Amino acid sequence: MNGTRVVVLGAGIIGAACARELALAGLEVTILDRGGAAAGTTSHGEGNVLVSDKGPGPELDLARLSRRLWPEALAAVAERSPAGRRAADAAEWEPKGGIVVATTQAGADGLTRFAATQRTAGVQAEELASATLLEAEPFVTREHTVAVHYPEDAQVQPAGAAAALLTDALAAGATLRTQHEVLSGITRGGRLTGVRTSAGVVEGDLFVNAAGPWSGALAARLGTPLGIEPRRGDVLVTAPLPPTVFHKVYDADYVGAVGSSEEDLQTSAVVESTRAGSVLIGSSRRRVGFDDRLRPEVLSAMAGKALRLFPSLAGVPVMRAYGGFRPYVADHLPVIGADPRLSGLWHASGHEGAGIGLSVGTGRLVRNLVLGEPAELAADAFRVDRPAVLGTQIEPQQHRQQQQHQRHRQQQSGQLSQHQEEGA
Amino acid sequence: MSPKRSEQARRHVAVIGAGPAGLSAAYAALAAGACVTLVDSAEQPGGQYHRMLPEAYAARRPERLQHGWRAFDRRRHQVLEHPRCTWLPETSVWMLERPDPEQARERGGPPRVHLVSGPADGTGRTRCTLDADALVLAVGAHDRVLPFSGWELPGVFTAGAAQALAKGERVAVGDRVVVAGSGPFLLPVAASLLEAGSRVLAVLEANTPVTVARGWTRRPWELAAQPGKTAELAEYTVALSRHRVPYRMGRAVVEARGEGRVEEVVTARLRADWSVVPGTEHTVAVDAVCVSHGFSPQLELPVAAGCALGRRQASPSEISGHPGASSPAPSPTNEFVLVDDGQRTSVAGVFAAGEITGIAGAPAARAEGAVAGWTAAGGAPSARALRTLLRSRDQGRAFAERLARAHPVGEAWPGWLRPETVVCRCEETDYGSLCAALTDRAGADPRVVKLNTRAGLGPCQGRICGPTVAELTGRFGGPQRQVRDSTGRPVEGLAQAAPHRRPIAQPVRLGELAASPMPLEDHPPRQSHP
Repeated sequence: MNGTRVVVLGAGIIGAACARELALAGLEVTILDRGGAAAGTTSHGEGNVLVSDKGPGPELDLARLSRRLWPEALAAVAERSPAGRRAADAAEWEPKGGIVVATTQAGADGLTRFAATQRTAGVQAEELASATLLEAEPFVTREHTVAVHYPEDAQVQPAGAAAALLTDALAAGATLRTQHEVLSGITRGGRLTGVRTSAGVVEGDLFVNAAGPWSGALAARLGTPLGIEPRRGDVLVTAPLPPTVFHKVYDADYVGAVGSSEEDLQTSAVVESTRAGSVLIGSSRRRVGFDDRLRPEVLSAMAGKALRLFPSLAGVPVMRAYGGFRPYVADHLPVIGADPRLSGLWHASGHEGAGIGLSVGTGRLVRNLVLGEPAELAADAFRVDRPAVLGTQIEPQQHRQQQQHQRHRQQQSGQLSQHQEEGA
Repeated sequence: MSPKRSEQARRHVAVIGAGPAGLSAAYAALAAGACVTLVDSAEQPGGQYHRMLPEAYAARRPERLQHGWRAFDRRRHQVLEHPRCTWLPETSVWMLERPDPEQARERGGPPRVHLVSGPADGTGRTRCTLDADALVLAVGAHDRVLPFSGWELPGVFTAGAAQALAKGERVAVGDRVVVAGSGPFLLPVAASLLEAGSRVLAVLEANTPVTVARGWTRRPWELAAQPGKTAELAEYTVALSRHRVPYRMGRAVVEARGEGRVEEVVTARLRADWSVVPGTEHTVAVDAVCVSHGFSPQLELPVAAGCALGRRQASPSEISGHPGASSPAPSPTNEFVLVDDGQRTSVAGVFAAGEITGIAGAPAARAEGAVAGWTAAGGAPSARALRTLLRSRDQGRAFAERLARAHPVGEAWPGWLRPETVVCRCEETDYGSLCAALTDRAGADPRVVKLNTRAGLGPCQGRICGPTVAELTGRFGGPQRQVRDSTGRPVEGLAQAAPHRRPIAQPVRLGELAASPMPLEDHPPRQSHP
């Protein structure tokens, strides 16, 4: 694989994680972004590293892989150099754990059932007695019905986390080129061999589309439309407070909102403190294209739900609010793998609001697939040729070809040549 | 204006800010027949310029403290007591809600104004919304202060804060005070301090006599056309000389020192570019220091409304002018709201007046406000009074241009900074960390720098350090620019890294936010007939 030129399109956290894994594996990696690194979705989210909001299935598997990899990755970044140590520290890794609180009987039943299925998949999910909950979160509402503690949930400062992964990728030899906007693809013999950018042509053997909510539009520029759309989320930030919220605390509605496909507003409370003392309040989900206006009624609904969990925050001033666009796929699963329609094009996107947490697992999986290593988890559910991603099911034959290619890659760990790739 | 005209047909003009510009806008809009809602976060109108003492301990002779008091007082009564005016004191605009593009085409109005009303530290504030036919933004400016070692110490004040304490609460910030920075504002601040009983040891203007003289005397006829302003400055100069306060040019406070609070300042002579002349440092024992390096326009509401910003266009005579006095390069630190001849911004139904369109002082703000109010109310563009106002406004703009030339910020000021000098006082981000972040390839994007260094994330939301960080960012990473696609349009969904972007313009409590807002009446006159 040495000498294979990989071009990662997008320098957000997914691009950074993919670039890091591939550069560490010895590939020649270039990262392109039309703006600055981590300036888009990555720096407009909360930094969730959650297992608690996912039911058993492929996304939970990816979340659990990522949860295992996060501390390992940050430790490795820190060990690399003094700059790496500073970068890893700026990621503000906090394995604080999450607590999901139900405030109604219906919510309690749903939460209890959900936690039980998660336990069968290996997630630590401990039901808390009321007294234990109040000990863990003294300011939480007394009106709770059931609370479940997820000790594996964690948090990072997302821009810092992305910078840490990117710092490591650069240390491993990757090149970052910002202000490079991809305009179109260059294909030769049905294979993507380069991209025209606003700053010239960049050639490569393999291209990874990690452009987040813009990856659908980017894929279209390369001639391979992709069903990834922006879904907006907003976050409120309070003035710094004395310690008030100790875990990532959210209401039991959150899981429903994550899994919903409604275009209309979905809100549920996610409340947590940052290292600086501010409380972050999420979350909302709206499919409004790239409309960047904050809506007062959305902020109002979020504030109302947060106060249901923490009534004592009513007098706390909100200092700012920000919104971001997350890459939404109709079937709520990330898109990770080779595009069967255009050889040389890969995608790593569609993580919606979970991309920060899932980034390191995604990077690892991309590396496994590209190198043909035994994958650490089944990647089939994330494949590109799904109805939700391509609109219609593609020819089964092409799908078989992709699987064959993968098996082929797993058998061969030698040089990736033009010939092999074309013959796959 | 026919008195028979029905209230329903009257235009409703919302004026945000009741300083010289806003009050004047309200007056002109009322004169043009509109209903006016005048909003200000203070208890009393007047803004920073005519800062009033709370009723409880109002000065018996405010005219002694304040320039142009009588005219202001008359105007204040004319506006607040007008039957078509609704005065909303202690009310903040926390958000401007831009309508959907389709909705905007239908309704054609300016953004909806979201307000919180009630004492800022009280608990009973209420939320309401205001939909007007036109919106006049007259929200003014605040001090711009460059960082220097020790500026975070207690006892270091922005000149504006010191003046507010002196004018608004009759409190002297110290017994031995140095006033330093740049611009004519240093003079009234020093005068207020003297009035409040402080001993002002010196007023230090950072620009050299050559720079200042070149800026002020290039076209003396323009200065003569601002007689009020010239007389005002002359008065302050007399006050300073009466108290034997030395006014030194080409000198700055480059460091403040002290245990727990400021005890002494280091001053130094500066070259024209504000680099320190080595060996000219002096230490002066003080118990307070007031600094101001000009003003930053409060642009969060114009930005929230979607108004285009830019550098005010120089007139042709300006461009062919003195080669030695080049205009400062455009940067995020000298951006203002762009307006046309009628004070219209780029957003339909939104007008701007006063310091947000260029720092020019109260007389220019009053003229701009009047033009804005008149136009916003749909007043006839041919009105004779308007011609006088426009002339006065243009004189004010020429004055602003002159002010900017006479008191530029020299570009070598970061030479004062040390790695450990605090740049963001709220979050205690130092210069060294900021430089490291700006030069880190993996995290040099302005938003990422902000999140990773926390500069600008504190309670003031970058109002103080924002211009400094933006300027340093520009120096390290080239000019900040909007990411554009191949057709030249801004990329959808990628917000511009703008130092003035604060969608929540004022803090709002979670409880207030959770409550549903009350819409204010469309036509809120207190009496049914004019």
